[in-house]
Amino acid sequence: MTDAADPLSQEIHGPTPRQILRMRAFGHKGLLFGLIVVGLLVLIALFAPVLAPHDPYAQSLMNRMVPPVFMGGSWEHPLGTDHLGRDYLSRLIYGARVSLLIGSIAALISGLIGTTMGVCAGYFGGKVDAFVTFLINVRLAMPVVLVALAVVAILGGSLTVVVCVLGLLLWDRFAVVMRASTLQVSRRDYVAAAQVIGASTPRILLTEIMPNIFNNLIVVITLEMAHAILLEAALSFLGLGVQPPTPSWGLMVSEGKNMMLFEPWLVLIPGAVLFVLVLAINLMGDGLRDVTAPEGRS
Amino acid sequence: MLPFILKRLGLALLVALTVSFISFSLLFLSGDPAAALAGETASGEDVEALRRLYGFDRPMLVQYGEWLFSALRGDFGESYYFKLPVAGLIAERLQVTMILGVCGILFALLTAVPLGVVAAIRPNSLIDRVALFLSVAGQAMPSFWFGLILIVVFAIQLGWLPPSGAATWRHFIMPTIVLGYYAMPAIMRLTRAGMLDVLNSDFIRTARAKGAGEGRVLFKHALRNAIIPVVSLAAVQMGFMLGGSIVVESVFALHGAGFLAWESIARNDLPTVQALILVFSMFYIVFTFLADVLNAWLDPRMRSS
Repeated sequence: MTDAADPLSQEIHGPTPRQILRMRAFGHKGLLFGLIVVGLLVLIALFAPVLAPHDPYAQSLMNRMVPPVFMGGSWEHPLGTDHLGRDYLSRLIYGARVSLLIGSIAALISGLIGTTMGVCAGYFGGKVDAFVTFLINVRLAMPVVLVALAVVAILGGSLTVVVCVLGLLLWDRFAVVMRASTLQVSRRDYVAAAQVIGASTPRILLTEIMPNIFNNLIVVITLEMAHAILLEAALSFLGLGVQPPTPSWGLMVSEGKNMMLFEPWLVLIPGAVLFVLVLAINLMGDGLRDVTAPEGRS
Repeated sequence: MLPFILKRLGLALLVALTVSFISFSLLFLSGDPAAALAGETASGEDVEALRRLYGFDRPMLVQYGEWLFSALRGDFGESYYFKLPVAGLIAERLQVTMILGVCGILFALLTAVPLGVVAAIRPNSLIDRVALFLSVAGQAMPSFWFGLILIVVFAIQLGWLPPSGAATWRHFIMPTIVLGYYAMPAIMRLTRAGMLDVLNSDFIRTARAKGAGEGRVLFKHALRNAIIPVVSLAAVQMGFMLGGSIVVESVFALHGAGFLAWESIARNDLPTVQALILVFSMFYIVFTFLADVLNAWLDPRMRSS
């Protein structure tokens, strides 16, 4: 009896779930584009001191608003200099650090809060669920930009304050998605089985529920990271986020705004980089959702 | 229907109460509001005098109760900066924001729903791809940057539209597009997904089988069912947009409530900020309440949940 003739062993030797996942991932253009761009920007942020041609804080009043190289400037400042003569490319490179740092830490904080709330609501149901749903409703009713601006203004704008405020505000989507996923998973037989053999509640939550909602969590983390990065840029643009001279892309757009009439590239460049980063993170999140979804949309 | 409305109304009131408490407690986030108000150069006596004048020396809950009851009567206190009643200030500025919000949501609905419907009828067509591109780009577009680009192109380069202000309807075109584009992607995706879902359902097959015209099937049968969740989403987006108008208003120097919020935050004018947070939240609460009631009326299944 050969292996090929046996229908049972054929089934066993088909592609494993991990292989299917990998095949889907490599076939998903959006996911690949997102992964490559985000990966590149993460590398740029990590190696900023090596890559930046100049000190991002060094001012030079003799070299103010030098145009980028493609607009008649020189390779000394490939993307020109700003109104204080600081090298624009170096500031952009260091700005990637600010955006990615704020995005990832804010998403981590809000993910921790939102996931705890959502999983508890979904698993325990009843009063816990009602309370969490109520908190989500309250949070959604608060205008995020307004509250974030007000709190940052009261506490003083710094990287830490901005990260914490965004982290404490953006947990709503985590709570909503994790609650729904937990509701779905906790009805499965293996959870019932774990309950029957007497596993403790923390054990069930950590070893039965969490691994099975992890894919959804990753998707929400990426999307909320993009959200946090956009919000930080908006706060900094309004002058109530990260404070100068820290190189933040939102702040760079705001500083360039006054010279927009004559030097539109001062606004166009940092905004375009911000757009590409957020686009890439979103495409990555959407792609991960498509690839990990059981029915495999794409 | 009535039990549903009452239950939903109770929830809305409870949410409103909680939000009001949170926005009130912002005042105490800075530590001592009297010291913050007096400034760094003030003497201890000045701070004490201010504390008594504004009643900061009483228990927080008493102050909250008083603030809430005045707010219910439409009295939000006096602005620290403008030295005018906050309620009047906000009422005066809210008009611009309301016009902007209504135009924005109309723009979003009028572009997103047709695009979503066509994209669902012809999946993977050129229009579907354009719609997908627009929604993906819209979700990543920083609204302040989009606004500035529009100003550079249409106000500075082409000179077609005024760059800032709110004097004529032409001043509202660019802000409407920026604010509307912010709400468009979500509405479009939901319309497309809803239409795709409905078009594959049995009753559509039945309608086609009994010989109903394609237009009748699409609009009378399919869209009517697919639009139900879009109504809720539009209400939610409208609430978000009013809150998001702060960025758009500051880009286009539209002197609405969002601009007022920005001014008063920058000037530490806390009574105005508190009132604005409450007002924007109330809009969201009222919109979502109305949307839920409308949905329950359109779809009886929702009343039980």
